[in-house]
Amino acid sequence: MQELTIEAGKTERHYWADLWRYRELFFFLSWRDVLVRYKQTVIGILWAVLKPVLTSVAFVVVFTKLANMSTEGMPPLVFIYVAMLPWQFFSSSLSEASNSLITNSNMISKIYFPRLVIPASAVIVCFMDFLISAAILCVFLVWYHAWPTWHWPIWRVALLPAFTLLAFLASFGISLWLAALNVKFRDFRYIIPFIVQFGIYGSPVGFGSDQVATKVYEKCGEWAPGVLFAYNLNPMVGVINCYRWAFGSAVAFDSRSLLISLAVTLLLVLSGIRYFRATEKAFADII
Amino acid sequence: MSDYAIQVEGLGKKYQLRHQTQGRRYVALRDVLTEKAKALFQRRHGAADRRLEDFWALQDVSFEIKAGEAVGIIGRNGAGKSTLLKLLSRITEPSTGRMHLRGRLASLLEVGTGFHPELTGRENIFLNGAILGMHRSEIKAKFDEIVAFAEVERFLDTPVKRYSSGMYMRLAFAVAAHLEPEILVIDEVLAVGDAAFQKKCLGKMEDVSKGGRTVLFVSHNLEAVLRLCSRCIYLVKGKLELQGETREVIKAYTEHVKQLSAEIDLTPLPRRFEGTGAARLLRLCCTPGAATAAWCYEYGRPLEFSLEFSVAEPLEKPELGFAIFSAMGTELVGVTTTQEAPLARMEPGRYLLKVAVAGLCLNPGTYSLGLGISAHERVVDHVAEAAQLEIVPSEASVRKELHRVWAALTPQTDFQLRQL
Repeated sequence: MQELTIEAGKTERHYWADLWRYRELFFFLSWRDVLVRYKQTVIGILWAVLKPVLTSVAFVVVFTKLANMSTEGMPPLVFIYVAMLPWQFFSSSLSEASNSLITNSNMISKIYFPRLVIPASAVIVCFMDFLISAAILCVFLVWYHAWPTWHWPIWRVALLPAFTLLAFLASFGISLWLAALNVKFRDFRYIIPFIVQFGIYGSPVGFGSDQVATKVYEKCGEWAPGVLFAYNLNPMVGVINCYRWAFGSAVAFDSRSLLISLAVTLLLVLSGIRYFRATEKAFADII
Repeated sequence: MSDYAIQVEGLGKKYQLRHQTQGRRYVALRDVLTEKAKALFQRRHGAADRRLEDFWALQDVSFEIKAGEAVGIIGRNGAGKSTLLKLLSRITEPSTGRMHLRGRLASLLEVGTGFHPELTGRENIFLNGAILGMHRSEIKAKFDEIVAFAEVERFLDTPVKRYSSGMYMRLAFAVAAHLEPEILVIDEVLAVGDAAFQKKCLGKMEDVSKGGRTVLFVSHNLEAVLRLCSRCIYLVKGKLELQGETREVIKAYTEHVKQLSAEIDLTPLPRRFEGTGAARLLRLCCTPGAATAAWCYEYGRPLEFSLEFSVAEPLEKPELGFAIFSAMGTELVGVTTTQEAPLARMEPGRYLLKVAVAGLCLNPGTYSLGLGISAHERVVDHVAEAAQLEIVPSEASVRKELHRVWAALTPQTDFQLRQL
């Protein structure tokens, strides 16, 4: 028989065991959100594809056709779409997960379960969308004859899951912070759309990172390394660079940005879990 | 080692009441930043501390419940009953003390939590089961039983948003009722659905308590508590007043209620919205004789009270009214003077309004009384919760077996049956 002791200020001991015990709830919540996401829509799951594709087309027109920016030897649509994929996943996770606790507030104020389950399942749902829109990438690759050849080492693609994991962790880490903060400070409801809107221009989606580096060295002089470092602090910069590298044979591998991304992501996840755990006990009281 | 299922020692829960930001449950980042900025320039005990007031919703509560026992928790509104259940079901964290639970605890604080309107009945059964802590295999095994209990076979693959509210509640309760936890916590959720279904629910609850499982039952319906529970815990203002055999605790509770003052000063009570201030509700008095004790009426007897108020400015088309709410906040009765005889004008001065309500057959339980005065359809003064009414069993209610009824009213009814 299950025994449980709860003491004021000491409820954390069984936290991870509880999380494991509630794995089925996690599964069901994700399943619910996936099921519900495109209910009562005419084109259903196509929305998951339409959004990144249409945004990419707009970016191709603006950045590569009008502004004539380099695509580092890749077909423009592939160049943009490969970056749009992880970015869309990241930005939709942020907006979904940060609101997830509030949309589920009736559950939180009525029933006990590890609250971590809720933002995690929101990120999972966005990940499903990501997988679906990734399938479209294959169509683009075939269309533009950008399919693997001898000069495009296939092993780069084999590393994609690792980069995707990095994107997942970065999204999850920030989502934990935002979800927990949003419970207490509803200001974040207004901040998040701003982050998402602004972030796409702060990440190398419409342009390549080496263009950024060239420009920064041109304009900033001695400040350049610092500016570049700040640019790389955005964890999605490293992820997007790696995605481009995996699909473009002429793209150089940027180990510096990957390492910074890795460090920032790790920090975000660990501190996110810490903050979330510290605040989740009070969620039911303040939500 | 004793064979307890729940052991609670010195349990307490503190909330902080924020005075300035009344009615706002979350803080704005702006406030925090300005407070922090202010604190930089002030000493430790700055203005920020003074605005917070500690409020103990529950304080130093200790008890032990043996496995297989059915225990009722009684007390007036705000005594901490729901807080205690929230702590036991781990929704919030205690501020002091500790508790030990032996066995899986499931709470029916509100049935249907986590139901998603877009999902079908079938999908919601699985989802809700998981939320309430059932395993998939358990839900599968009980699936047919749940569906039969809820009587929704034909609509299993319809989204629950298309369900009637009765079907929705039946399905929700059916899932909850088929949980098989070692400890079941129930907070007056049974007042749902039609009569036949309520009977089914009550039967199910009795099965649960007779089936050797521990049940914690919070209710205002003393007769239901008396029937279902062998022991009882009585809370007063967050503290444990008495625990023991149900009959004795209930006796003490009714004694206690009797000692309440018949006169209630309305001036310090909270106003939910600001009135125009042209008049002010002053005092509410329970007419002696009509009640067995202050604010304690026998089932079926008329309710009588008087209301004293002062008028500062002349009121055109004044309207005085009262409302009676169930323990769950449903407005059961709302009557104003206009409905009986409209008043034309009221000059400044002090007034006394006598009210007698006959033929209102509220079932035994706790209700709250709200009062209001308006003029030209604008609120002049309004007290949402002026008094708590206690309807106690009478001979008639015992004869009618009203403890089996979950409705709010049982009026005098004349039935005439003949065979056609």
